[in-house]
This record gives sequence, C-alpha cells and structure tokens, in this order.
Amino acid sequence: MEVGQIQRQWVDCMKSLFIEVSTLLPTIKTLEGFLDAQFLQLKQLQDETNPEFVVEVVSLFFEDSERLLADLTNALDQKAIDFKKVDAHVHQLKGSSSSIGAQRVKNACIAFRSFCEEQNVDACLRCLQQVKQEYFLVKTKLETLLGLEQQIVGAGGSIPMMELSL
Amino acid sequence: MDCNCIEPPPGDELLTKYQYISDFFIALAYFSIPLELIYFVKKSAVFPYRWVLVQFGAFIVLCGATHLINLWTFTVHSKTVAVVMTTAKVLTAVVSCATALLLVHIIPDLLSVKTRELFLKNKAAELDREMGLIRTQEETGRHVRMLTHEIRSTLDRHTILKTTLVELGRTLALEECALWMPTRTGLELQLSYTLRQQNPVGYTVPIHLPVINQVFSTNRAVKISPNCPVARLRPQAGKYMPGEVVAVRVPLLNLSNFQIYDWPGVSSSYALMVLMLPSGSARQWHLYELELVEVVADQVAVALSHAAILEESMRARDQLLEQNGALDRARREAETAIHARNDFLSVMNHEMRTPMHAVIALSSLLQETELTPEQRLMVETILKSSNLLVTLINDVLDLSRLEDGSLQLDAATFNLHSVFKEVVNLIKPVASVKKLSLTLHLAPDLPVYAIGDEKRLMQTILNVVGNAVKFSKEGGVSIIAFVAKVESFRDARIPDFIPVLNDNQFYLRVQVKDSGSGINPQDIPTLFTKFAQTQSPTARNSGGNGLGLAICKRFVNLMEGHIWIDSEGIGKGCTATFIVKLGLPDRSNESKAPFVHKILGNHGPTNFAGLKVLFLDDNGVSRTVTKGVLVHLGCDVTTASSSEECLRVVSHEHKVIFMDVCSGIEGYDLVERIHQKFTKRQDRPLIVALTGNTNKVTKETCVRVGMDGLILKPVSVDKMRGVLSELLEHRVLFETI
Repeated sequence: MEVGQIQRQWVDCMKSLFIEVSTLLPTIKTLEGFLDAQFLQLKQLQDETNPEFVVEVVSLFFEDSERLLADLTNALDQKAIDFKKVDAHVHQLKGSSSSIGAQRVKNACIAFRSFCEEQNVDACLRCLQQVKQEYFLVKTKLETLLGLEQQIVGAGGSIPMMELSL
Repeated sequence: MDCNCIEPPPGDELLTKYQYISDFFIALAYFSIPLELIYFVKKSAVFPYRWVLVQFGAFIVLCGATHLINLWTFTVHSKTVAVVMTTAKVLTAVVSCATALLLVHIIPDLLSVKTRELFLKNKAAELDREMGLIRTQEETGRHVRMLTHEIRSTLDRHTILKTTLVELGRTLALEECALWMPTRTGLELQLSYTLRQQNPVGYTVPIHLPVINQVFSTNRAVKISPNCPVARLRPQAGKYMPGEVVAVRVPLLNLSNFQIYDWPGVSSSYALMVLMLPSGSARQWHLYELELVEVVADQVAVALSHAAILEESMRARDQLLEQNGALDRARREAETAIHARNDFLSVMNHEMRTPMHAVIALSSLLQETELTPEQRLMVETILKSSNLLVTLINDVLDLSRLEDGSLQLDAATFNLHSVFKEVVNLIKPVASVKKLSLTLHLAPDLPVYAIGDEKRLMQTILNVVGNAVKFSKEGGVSIIAFVAKVESFRDARIPDFIPVLNDNQFYLRVQVKDSGSGINPQDIPTLFTKFAQTQSPTARNSGGNGLGLAICKRFVNLMEGHIWIDSEGIGKGCTATFIVKLGLPDRSNESKAPFVHKILGNHGPTNFAGLKVLFLDDNGVSRTVTKGVLVHLGCDVTTASSSEECLRVVSHEHKVIFMDVCSGIEGYDLVERIHQKFTKRQDRPLIVALTGNTNKVTKETCVRVGMDGLILKPVSVDKMRGVLSELLEHRVLFETI
C-alpha cells in the first residue's frame, strides 16, 4: 500500500481519536475525544533513546485496565459488596486512564466513584458497563493507530506531525 | 357733837328735794356705767385698755359714791357720815386726777386707731379696684387663648378665618366684624368674610386708600372712622350713632417670602380686619381690647401661614408619591428587561455554541476528505463563515459580561515579549498575502515578564493589529511597545486620566501604525461604540462586526488604561494607541511561592543528567508515564510501588522523591519515616507530592507533614523540567492551588 495513503488513514484515525461527535441528535452532546492532550505529551516523550515508549505505555495500560475491570466485575458480583474495594479499583483505573490521556474512560470512572460513595448498586453496575464500553472503544482505536504506525514505519515513511487546533 | 353743816334755809325744801333726786340719779348712773363698761369689756376680747377702764370705773364708782353719800348730808348727819363723805371725796379726787392724767396718754392713741382704720379702708378699696382690673385682663387673656385655640385647631384656611371672626365677635361683643382680602391683582381689597351677613357682597375697595395705608403701616390696631369705605358694611341703623370702629392688618405669608428670622416684617401682602362696636352702646375701645385684637391678628397670620405650608407640603407629597410610583414602575420594567436579556444570553450561549461547534468540526473534517475544487471552495466558505459567527457569539457574550461588570481579569505572570511575538506570528500570514510589511519593535526597557491577563491582552493587541492589517491595502503595519513614562500622560487626548502607580506596576504603551485608508476624524468617536459602522463606503466595511474595538476598549478600561485612534484623514493611514497597566513580577515574591507556569521555553538546566530521583506511585501506568517523563529529562529514575519498597530503596544519593498522594494517608506517614531516616538536612532528599486534588486541605496537610513541595497532575515534560529546576534552586516548590 502506498505510504501516503496509510499516512492519510493514520491522520483520520488520529482525528477520530481526538474529535468525536457521538450522535447528531437534536441535543448534541459535547464534543469529547477519546484521547486528550496527555496522549500527545506521551508521544513527545518518545524519541531515539526511547523508541517504543508509547507502545509500552499503551500495552501496560491495556493489561492494567483489563485486570482492574475483571476485579471490578468480581467485586460487584458479590452478595455483600465491599464498596471500599470497588472504589479503590476505580481509583486505580482513573489514575491509569488519566495518565495515558483516555479522557472518556477517566470521566466514566469519575461518575463511577460518585455512585460508589452513594453505595448505589444499580448505578454502579451501569457505570461499570459504561467504563467497559469506553475502554473497549479506546482500545480498538489505539490498536488501529499503533498498527497503522507500524505499517508506515515499515513502509519507510514517517509518522506525520499532528497539529491540534479547533 | 356739832355739826359743821349749814342748815339750808327753810324755803329751799323744793330745791333740796330736786338736788336729792338728781344726786340719786347721778349716783345711779354713776354706778350703772361701770357695770355696763364691765359687761361690754367682758364681751370684747381685744380691747387693749382694760387698765384704763378699771381706772375709769373706779373713778365713776367713787363719784357715784360721793353723790350717794351726799344724799345723807342734806339732813342733819353725824360725824361718821361726814368722815365717810370726806374719805369718799378724797378718794374720788385722787382717782379722777389719776384718770385725767392717764387720759392724756390714751386719747392720742385712740385717735390714731381711728386714722389707721381709715387708711386700711382706703387700701381695701384700692385693692378691690385692682382686683377688678386683673380679673378683666385675665378674662381677656382667656379669651385670647380660647380664640387662638379655636383658630389654630384647624389647618383649613376658611375655617381659620371664619372662626376668628366668630370668636372675636363673641368675646368683644361686636356688632360686625369683617375681613378684607387682597385680590389676585393686589390692587384691591375684597370683602371676603363677615360675621353677620352670611353672603359677602363681593365688594371691593381700592387698596391704596389713605386710611388703609395707615392701618397697613403699623402692626397696632388703629381706630378708624365709621364712615370710611371699609367700615360701611351694614345699612345705616338709623338714629343711633355708629359704634367705634377699629381696623388691624393681618400679614399674609406666602411660602416664597417666609423667612423665619424676619417674620412678620417682610410680608408683601396684608388683609384687613375691621371690627365694629355695637352702635348706640356708647362703648369705647379699651386698651386691652385693642391689644386683644392685635394679638388675634398675629395669631391668624401664623395660622394662615401654617395652613399655607401644609397645603404646600401636601402637594409636594402627592407629587412625590406619583413620582415614586413612576420610578418604581420604571425600575421593575428595567429589571424585567435585564432578566430577560440575561436569560436570552445564557440560552444563546449554550444553544448557539453547540451547533456551531458541530458545524465547524464537521466542516474541517470535510475539508480533509476528497473534494472537488468547487466543493472545497464551498466548504471553505462554510468554515470561514462559521468561524466568524462563533467569534461574533463570543464577542457578544464577552461584551455583555463586560458591561455587566461580571468579567474579571485574570492576573498571572506571563511573558510579555512572547505575547507580541505570537501576535506577529499569527498575523504574518495574512499580512504577507496582502504584501504588507509587519514590523515589531519592543523597547529595551520593556520587562520580559509581567503580571496581568495574558489572554485578553493578546486579544486586544490582536484586534488592533488585525484591524490595521485589514484596512491597509499596501505599505506596512508597525507595532511599537514601550513602557510609558508618567509625564507622557499629560496628553490632551486623554483627559481625566490620572495614572496611579505603585512600585510593582508599569504602564505598557503600544502604538500600531498602519498606512491604510485612514479614517475621517469626524468618525473617530464612534469607532469604539459597539455595532456602529462608519458610514463612509470606502473604508471599513469589509466585514467585521463592529464589536471588536468596543471590546478592546472595555478590556483596556478594565486594565485601568486608555485606548484611542488618531488619523490625519482619509488615505493617510492611522495610528491606534493604547496604554494598559500591568504588574511587575516581584523578585522577592518568587522564592515564597514560585509560579510553575512562568517557566516557559528553555530556562535553567534542561538536562538533569544523572539526577537521582525516586518515584512512588501504586498505579502501574502512571508510574511508567511519569518515569518516561523523568527519563526524557535525563534523570536516573527509581520507581517504587509501595511505601515499604520506597523505604527500602531510598538512599542519600536520591535528590528528589516524587510521591503520588492520591492514595491516601500512607504517603504522609512515609514522610515521617524518611525524615527519621535522614537526620541530617543536607542528606535528606526533597519530598514532593504529586496530586490531582485541588483542595486546600491536601496542600495544608503536605505542608504540615513536612513535605518540600506539591505539584498538580497532569505533569507535562515542560512542567517537570520547570519543577526540577525550581526545586534544585530553591529547595521548595509549592504550586498554587
């Protein structure tokens, strides 16, 4: 495949990560990208001394999150739910997601935490669903992005500089 | 025994008999008088001359006794009788002489008693007369008081006057009493009120009659002739002599000439009160009656003035009530309008921005796709128009907030030079398209850093420079920025501008000169009015919403400055100048609470090569990310995922420990233990907390447990760079929360 084409695809993918319109309903939701500026910071840290930095961090994020999500599902499945533990897990997930810049996951976690404080079981379950959903969405996109990057590099091109301005 | 008595001649038996009888009666009288005296003295308690009476009594008794004894001497009598007789006579002689002597003393006394009595009687009569007078005066006083009371008990003009006449008539038993008031023209006196006749005829009399002038010239009651026009009120009663007439002036006070200190001397108009005694009564006007009349006239004047004042104040009060009502209504309307506008604006804000963002976002995405040139042009136009629209919305919102006064400027330290450079960078593309030169000149004494609202300052500069570029077709735009000296403010163009500076402030002056189409000097005042576009077709109608300069002006005003535009005329370009007040970052403040934001660009050591840093965080991803940042900066990073691990690994080689304190209290505990481990201060690593919490409690706790610093997540590379250099320089860094 032509490098230029892949590069364009990459641009699209990046764009879609940052600018996402959820649904063009009569009441338009806020424009919230999957990733925020933190991710760009991470990209900046990647250089010759640390060529695989982003990939490493992203993989670590996936592992961590999946583990946490499993733990959360477990904890909420119990008869006597230990909200403190649930809260601790969600806190961890929030920390990870904000470090990597996955802002929708982070926002979902924030909502989750408030319901934990209220000890509202149904709401917590709903939140868990949402967090999972968001996580899978961002995971897919990131995997696509990283795949494209590998392809570009493999084809000898260079990854375009992304200027964000809206 | 021989008796020495001479026998009376025998023919005198008749005489002897009469003598005998007379003596007898004398004796009787003489005896009864003292009895009477005694009786009456006993009756009277106050008689002071008892002693005299006793003497007198004795004298009379003895006289009586003598005469009694004399009865026996008419016939032959014995010696005993003669002796008794002699004794009696001797005693009588003694007593009577004594009494005579005593009387010399007491008769003058008795006489003086009489005179005293006379004197007292006279005095009593005099007092009676005076009593009569006082009583009369008191009566008069009572009448006056009553009159006054009656008069002053009402504040209605007519009632006052009517009452006056009635009461006066009653008190003084007048036949007629009348009041003449000046007409509107002031040239005549009109009969306004009378006592007896119910309907005044509406008679008028010219005011300048001598008798009237005479009365008006004094404040005393004046006796006038019953034949003068003002007194001829009733039909001539025939044979009787008309009673005496008295007239008095009543000062009428208008509000305009009511002067407290001069009253009532400066009255401009008077009324005339005429009082007539009953005809044929031969009564005269007494002095006290005249006084009464004068007093009443004064009281009436006062009462009338009060009535006038009351009327005036009632009128004023009614007026005020009306005005209050109107103001209230106006205020409510204004409030409703403001509420409506605020509601409108807040709705506008949200509802309009959201679709706009969608439009802009999608148009820009559309731009990136495959488009035909035609389509591309359309999309570009759409994008341009929507950007303009968003700007307009933002401007309108800003402006309304500015006008409300709800906009507050931020105050932070920023790089002044870079603001200008950024503006130039932004405008350069546009300028180069139009082939305009863009020059920037920053004065050498212009501080690099300043305290103020960076965003709004940039907005202002951008707007001004943008305008300059927009309206220039050729030539160039030059920007000059320097520190304004206080003397330069005595500029005629900025009246009322009093520069107030303290030591850490300065005035920034920016002049933007363009070589464009210039402005008609007449249009200059309207430039800063919102929505006003100048009428001239050649200039300034190539877009723009007319709000830009208005907003700039308001920002400049908020920054306590001034903005103005000069132009020599059409085609001669124009110069926009503004002055704003900015703060100077104080050198001494920095060490206390250094602003992390200020470290922009590459300041300080950028390579912390080999700096040993320990980072504690229990979240794997965060650990990796932050480690990446620190490694990027060249540090030698050790990570720990728990307090125990941290304590195990920490050594005196580590210069800084970054601790994520989101996880709770164990972090603070750890600080204690590290302090214990490293007793010597210079060996101890600096402990800095990393937190996402923006509440003061966290900061206070950090300070309390003895941490050396606190920074907020997220930490970018630049921020970390700044943080490390600060820490190494000052050994403390607490980011403001």
